[in-house]
Amino acid sequence: MAAKKAPEKSNVSKEELLKFYREMLMIRRFEEKAGQLYGMGLIGGFCHLYIGQEAVVVGLEACTKEGDKRITSYRDHGHMLACGMEANGVMAELTGREGGYSKGKGGSMHMFSREKHFYGGHGIVGAQVPLGAGLAFADKYKGNDNVTFAYFGDGAANQGQVYETYNMAELWDLPVIFVIENNHYAMGTSQARSTKSETLFGRGLAYGIAGEQVDGMDVLAVKEAGEKAVAHCRAGKGPYILEMMTYRYRGHSMSDPAKYRTREEVEKMKSEKDAIEHVRDLLLNSGLASDEDLKAIDKSIKEVVNASAEFAKASPEPALSELWTDIYA
Amino acid sequence: MAVDVLMPALSPTMEEGTLAKWLVAEGDMVKSGQIIAEIETDKATMEFEAVDEGKVGRILVAEGTSGVKVNTPIMTLVEDGESADAAPAPVAAAVAAPVAAAAAAPVAAAVAVVSKASPDWPAGTPMKTMTVREALREAMAEEMRDNPNVMLMGEEVGEYQGAYKISQGLLDEFGPKRIVDTPITEAGFTGIAIGAAWGGLNPIVEFMTFNFAMQAIDHILNSAAKTNYMSGGQLGCPIVFRGANGAAARVGAQHSQDYAAWYAAIPGLRVVMPYSASDAKGLLKQAIRDPNPVIFLENEIMYGKSFEVPDLADFTIPFGKARIWREGTDVTIVSFGIGMTYALEAAEQLAAEGISAEVIDLRTLRPIDYDTVLASVQKTNRCVTVEEGFPVGSIGDHLASTIMQRAFDYLDAPVVTCTGKDVPMPYAANLEKLALVTTADVVAAVKSVCYR
Repeated sequence: MAAKKAPEKSNVSKEELLKFYREMLMIRRFEEKAGQLYGMGLIGGFCHLYIGQEAVVVGLEACTKEGDKRITSYRDHGHMLACGMEANGVMAELTGREGGYSKGKGGSMHMFSREKHFYGGHGIVGAQVPLGAGLAFADKYKGNDNVTFAYFGDGAANQGQVYETYNMAELWDLPVIFVIENNHYAMGTSQARSTKSETLFGRGLAYGIAGEQVDGMDVLAVKEAGEKAVAHCRAGKGPYILEMMTYRYRGHSMSDPAKYRTREEVEKMKSEKDAIEHVRDLLLNSGLASDEDLKAIDKSIKEVVNASAEFAKASPEPALSELWTDIYA
Repeated sequence: MAVDVLMPALSPTMEEGTLAKWLVAEGDMVKSGQIIAEIETDKATMEFEAVDEGKVGRILVAEGTSGVKVNTPIMTLVEDGESADAAPAPVAAAVAAPVAAAAAAPVAAAVAVVSKASPDWPAGTPMKTMTVREALREAMAEEMRDNPNVMLMGEEVGEYQGAYKISQGLLDEFGPKRIVDTPITEAGFTGIAIGAAWGGLNPIVEFMTFNFAMQAIDHILNSAAKTNYMSGGQLGCPIVFRGANGAAARVGAQHSQDYAAWYAAIPGLRVVMPYSASDAKGLLKQAIRDPNPVIFLENEIMYGKSFEVPDLADFTIPFGKARIWREGTDVTIVSFGIGMTYALEAAEQLAAEGISAEVIDLRTLRPIDYDTVLASVQKTNRCVTVEEGFPVGSIGDHLASTIMQRAFDYLDAPVVTCTGKDVPMPYAANLEKLALVTTADVVAAVKSVCYR
């Protein structure tokens, strides 16, 4: 990928840049804390961290309005924080406690918020794609102009149901944005080892769906592409595909030794393409914020994250009677 | 040499039809491939082509005749110059022919026994006769009129009017926004329908048959059934998955599986398998109103069967309440869906031999009405279960285990489970018959538990 973005490229307000910085850093610090709690045995099972990919969800959330919906895979912590769900509720779900978004019954991969229109958190690779199109189907049926963001990875992009969904989404002009978070590795399988397709968004062209590839490490580029996609959907023109070229710094899950890529590759991405550093440079180089301003933000985020960890440790485990609740609505 | 042209079977389960229209007259020359008649089945009107060439000798079944059994001679073809009298097949003989054809069909055409009392509507309620097919359609139409968020999605549900004509007329009444034809893409449209349910709709998904729902079973289980629990009660999924389940007739192993026990194993699902038309209607209306995912298992052979249905503006049947179709004292026969056909026939035969069988239709398999079954077994001390599904992990196995654990001291004999055989469904007519559970199996099982 290219070198760091030039600071003068910025055409966003100071407030918005600061917001991006805060939100992306929030996700990163939250995920680092989650990784730490996992190491301490406070979080169990599978835990997939979003570190490195923050610009994708933060940039796209900047394009949304109330009523828009989002759905994603098991790598979902970042999406929840970005759409306004509370750090406390997410962290307490990770520790399997009563104060979690699913009362401790869902875990890392299965959290939801009706209030924030976040529809999961799905553990079956690719399943969220038709489900997301279905949310869009309901909005179109009801005649509103809401849009659904259906996030999935380069690995899920090889699932058959994705293409079944493309076909129907375009056939019925569903207002759904398919966001392929292409972090180049489906667990341990690189894109080159799983397909000869040069791009993933290009597969949508076979179904008549417009799309493009976007620098997913650049939050401003993400937002710009997102606005275009949202306008397309809201205008009733049907679905749109955004292939976000991004990178995860950590393993697929906490138990991934990541032997399928070199340390140098990861370090190169971190040093040259980091999404948070990019915005930090923009803010500092353009004089929109001082080092002290950013340190104050860092400090406030650290406080929120630490408080969420404390909450997640203090929240009691669910009552044993919870075993038998919520099986039926 | 005169040739008889026979009433054709136009679907795997067709036993009879209406000769709607003749397109040829006596004396006409007929070519191979020429359309000679229109034949109406319970699903559709279809064109009937001549295979042999010749001159129409006699038309044996008049236009407009209904109830013409498959394989009844309907016309004779003679060679040009040959007299029509060369084939003296009188109409009377043709009408007498169908009995043998019906007997050869995989399911005896007996109309259901109507139980005296029903727990589902008040005594004295006026009744009307209707097929299971009509009952299902009425249930959907009524609920769609009542709730604008109810919609139907599936393959051929709209313009084709339903592969089995369950949705006939619905597109005309409700339009393409609510009656949605899908591509052949079960995993995809099932996922879309579940998402739509989360988005505030009440979708009915029609699977042409539940065999094809195997393509979508991940979404049914992992997305629809489990998410309310995984979300701590935030994300219920009000959706109905319905369609033909189990064996039809001669459609082979991939189109004949009964999934009752599979779905009944999954917490978060409701599972319904009606036998009668009144249950089909009342339970489907209940299913559409239920805030949970409901598996609604129909049967192609049952679609055309007629039953008495209460003539009420609105009625539903609650889940988890079995129906006692026949009271008895010597043995309890528990079944559901098409299995009830064999259970009731067996009870009738057994009565003639002095064995009084109580016949219970479970109607819903999740929840199961254990109380009604246990109360009956405590009275009769014997139990036989009847279903078409595979034997391993069957509903009967589950009932046997439940009865053993909760009513062991009442049993005078082991519970015997009558199921389909432990083989993929064969195509050959004789082997298929052998693979399916039969009335004779049920009679034999009852005699064994009665030590007779």
